[in-house]
Amino acid sequence: MEVRLAEDQRVPAWKIVLLQYVVAAAFLVLLVGYWKLQIGEHAYYVEQAERNRIRNLSIIAARGRILDREGRVLVDNTPAFSVLLLRDNAQALTPARLVGIARGLGLDPGEVQQLVTRTARLPCFQPVVLKPSATLEDVAFVDSHRLEYPELQLIQTQRRFYLKHTIAAALLGYVGEVSAEAIAKSGSRYRPGDVIGKSGIEAQYNAILSGRDGMQRVIVNSRGQEVGSMTAIDAHPGSDLRLTIDLDLQMAAEMALGDREGAVVALDPRTGEVLAMASHPDFDPNDFARRLDRQQWKQLTADPAKPLMNKAIQAQLAPGSVFKIATSCAALETGTIKPDFTVDCPGYVNIYGHTYHDWVFEKGRGHGRVDLHRAIVNSCDVYFYTVGKLLGIDKLAYFAQHLGLGARTGIDLPGEDAGLVPTPEWVERVFKHKWFPGETISVAIGQGALQVTPLQLAYMIGGVASGGVFHRPHVAFPSQLVAHDLDPPPDGERQFPLSPLTVSAVTRGMWGVVNEGGGTGTGARVPGLDIAGKTGTAQVVSVSLKEATHSADYRNNAWFVGYSPSVNPEIVVAVLVMHGGHSTVATPIAAAVIKAFYDQHAPRPPRFAAAETQARLEPPPRGP
Amino acid sequence: MRKNLSFRDLDWMLLLVALLIAAVGVMEIYSTTAHSALASQYKKQIYWVVVGCLLAILVSRMDYHRLLEQVAALYGLGILGLLAVLVAGHRVAKTHRWLSVGGQTFQVSEMVKLVIILAVAAYLGGRRANSVAWKDLVVLAGLAGVPATLVALEPDLGTALTYFPVIVAGAFLAGIRWRQVAVLTLLGALMLPVGWHFLRPYQRERLMTFVNPKEDAQGSGYQVAQSKIAIGSGGFWGKGIGNGTQSQLGFIPVSHADFIFAAFAEEQGFAGTLVVLLLYFILLLRLLDGAQWATDRAGAYVIVGLAAVLFFQVAVNTGMMIGLLPITGIPLPLMSQGGSSALFTFLGLGLAMSVKMRRFVN
Repeated sequence: MEVRLAEDQRVPAWKIVLLQYVVAAAFLVLLVGYWKLQIGEHAYYVEQAERNRIRNLSIIAARGRILDREGRVLVDNTPAFSVLLLRDNAQALTPARLVGIARGLGLDPGEVQQLVTRTARLPCFQPVVLKPSATLEDVAFVDSHRLEYPELQLIQTQRRFYLKHTIAAALLGYVGEVSAEAIAKSGSRYRPGDVIGKSGIEAQYNAILSGRDGMQRVIVNSRGQEVGSMTAIDAHPGSDLRLTIDLDLQMAAEMALGDREGAVVALDPRTGEVLAMASHPDFDPNDFARRLDRQQWKQLTADPAKPLMNKAIQAQLAPGSVFKIATSCAALETGTIKPDFTVDCPGYVNIYGHTYHDWVFEKGRGHGRVDLHRAIVNSCDVYFYTVGKLLGIDKLAYFAQHLGLGARTGIDLPGEDAGLVPTPEWVERVFKHKWFPGETISVAIGQGALQVTPLQLAYMIGGVASGGVFHRPHVAFPSQLVAHDLDPPPDGERQFPLSPLTVSAVTRGMWGVVNEGGGTGTGARVPGLDIAGKTGTAQVVSVSLKEATHSADYRNNAWFVGYSPSVNPEIVVAVLVMHGGHSTVATPIAAAVIKAFYDQHAPRPPRFAAAETQARLEPPPRGP
Repeated sequence: MRKNLSFRDLDWMLLLVALLIAAVGVMEIYSTTAHSALASQYKKQIYWVVVGCLLAILVSRMDYHRLLEQVAALYGLGILGLLAVLVAGHRVAKTHRWLSVGGQTFQVSEMVKLVIILAVAAYLGGRRANSVAWKDLVVLAGLAGVPATLVALEPDLGTALTYFPVIVAGAFLAGIRWRQVAVLTLLGALMLPVGWHFLRPYQRERLMTFVNPKEDAQGSGYQVAQSKIAIGSGGFWGKGIGNGTQSQLGFIPVSHADFIFAAFAEEQGFAGTLVVLLLYFILLLRLLDGAQWATDRAGAYVIVGLAAVLFFQVAVNTGMMIGLLPITGIPLPLMSQGGSSALFTFLGLGLAMSVKMRRFVN
């Protein structure tokens, strides 16, 4: 009885055993769980642990310098500081703290918040650039708030420095932070905050100019404090790039253009090398290197004069009378006229039931009876109206296109525009109506729908004066590209042979424009230099609208394409002065650039017409 | 009666296993705090382990029936202590968990575990029936529920939860019926939304993170993510003492306390994990074995109650490190740094030994 009572006092043994099995089962589950992590997924977690404790700090590689053809430095780098935002401890990046950081660094809190959100997906050991070029105040702020904001870090960087500030700004372009789209497109080559070329040479040759950033790996604790450092990967600076630009010519072009709106482009037609390229109004790319604030960016992009635009390759405008060279070539080459073909110019002409006026009609006169030479020299519209009617649009367009208009020249700069050579097909495609024959008459003197860039005009005149040999314009010496595994540009030379008779007639005409009495381009005369060229004054809008508004924006665009010497030229300069009113404002600009060229190169003696035309020379007129 | 007891009768095996685990704990506390402001914590821990061990031997020599007789007074004292914590407790990080007694901060909720174990044993041990009535279940729920509510208000949900395994194990031993289990389960399910309402935002977040850990790897999922990285990167042999980058560089939160096992698994690898889990396993089996030989039901309830609490803490603590269970602030018995927790465990083991020593005497 005693024994049974004692038995009864005890809990049933099976219950204890069951509890032991429950414990065993639970421990088995735990062991399997730990096995899976520590053995099965060991490699994965080792990598995670490594990432945790290592922070990669970029060592910014210097961008290559940009030099002119003589090796003079146009763009260099200057040491600067960047403020990085460390993201190891994302929990610390609360909105309130971000506002504090933004205030301290003079940034927009909204933008800082956006940056953090945008980069949230990046590995947390990857810092992002908060402010690419820190001022002395920023450096002081970060230094004095090390305890308060341990997530701020300064690194030394190289800031782009444009030695000549606004000189050749549109050509050189600017640098900036790589965009989100570019990062997505680049695979993983770019990271947020990387600086890349955004326009001009900086963008075109970014691959050559940008170096390979190095990497300093530091060990950090969970509060982001550095506790040690590991091996560093050295930064490889970018390569220098030598341009075909001649700084002396560039300066001459910039000075001559002054504060007028327009562009100057100087080419060596024998090679296609661009010697100078100016576009006004301009900007200082150094502002971009320091990162523009919203206000500055708005100001630059909202300016109707478009300072960021490279007008040498992006302004698409009617060429005006410069186009008469193309009309002349077409008429002579097709045998439509001979150079001795004459037209009587009373100041206007009636074609297809419409009266077309000559530009001298305003002065109440005509040009009288003119041959091709006089028509070019005096820029007689009536002569070319007549020739245009005889030619027809098909032949005219064919020659315009083969002389380099209506298509990109292929210059090694981003954003070149193609211009437009109107054809009946184009009119039918775009406007859904038949070509009006009257359009041909306007096109023949470079008006109508015709659109060209300054570079195209330089390319065309240079090619014609060289007897129909065209060289693709370029700003970087092609030999440098091969060294960087970039595809060398296609061979630049293009032949569109013109008969010697045509070339002789047209170049004599252009010589006369500058050097003969009554020539429209006498403002380009430089004593001792054999300069030829063609002027153009292109209407922006119809005459009636112009009179109604009297606004400068509707004043005529002034063109002049000058070159020297008058046959087989060594330099050709296209000048565009927007709203310049008359081509006389453009001629001295080209003359200044050509003079700068011959200040360093011995001028060749004139090839032809030297003795006899010298006698006919009259003193140059006293300005416009 | 006393002359029949001697040191030979003490469960030295149980004590040895407990001391082994505590030694591993001290080593890991040393390793994780050596280069921090808490560098002397391991000495404190040694002190508490030694004190706990001596107290365990002392308690084992007491007749546990004396304690069971005083259980009403002990329980009342426990409740008063918990109320005192809420009113005059030591504030650490917006929570009241500690009570200062003579300059020594003291976690009342840990000691209350012992009181609940004794109260449940006294209540169920005094019954003759082989099944539990609904009335018994209500009493049990109240015994654990009242102090648990007070602890949850501190707020310390983790410790509050550790009170319930005692009544679950007790009800099981006392003969709860399937129907009662089914009804209670249903009731629990219905109460879930109400319970959610009472949870603090950070507690809800932890639960949500457990359900979907990838959701918030930087926020509250951070702790799980970091402890998994620590454990996984430990591999088979571990990184060695003081070499755990996760724990040494501070990626593991409180790596000397609640998350000590993650730090340990990182530095000692799966080999260390296996050894320590085996030690806990031996400890629990040995404890439960003792319950089988208890001369009376009350003794068995004491041992099973203690085993249930220890098992719950070990399983939840090591399970949450690898994402098997949601994060709750439950220390790992014998390993996590903390005097109150060490004292509770050793006193509990002392009680269990007291029960076992008296198995041949009646």
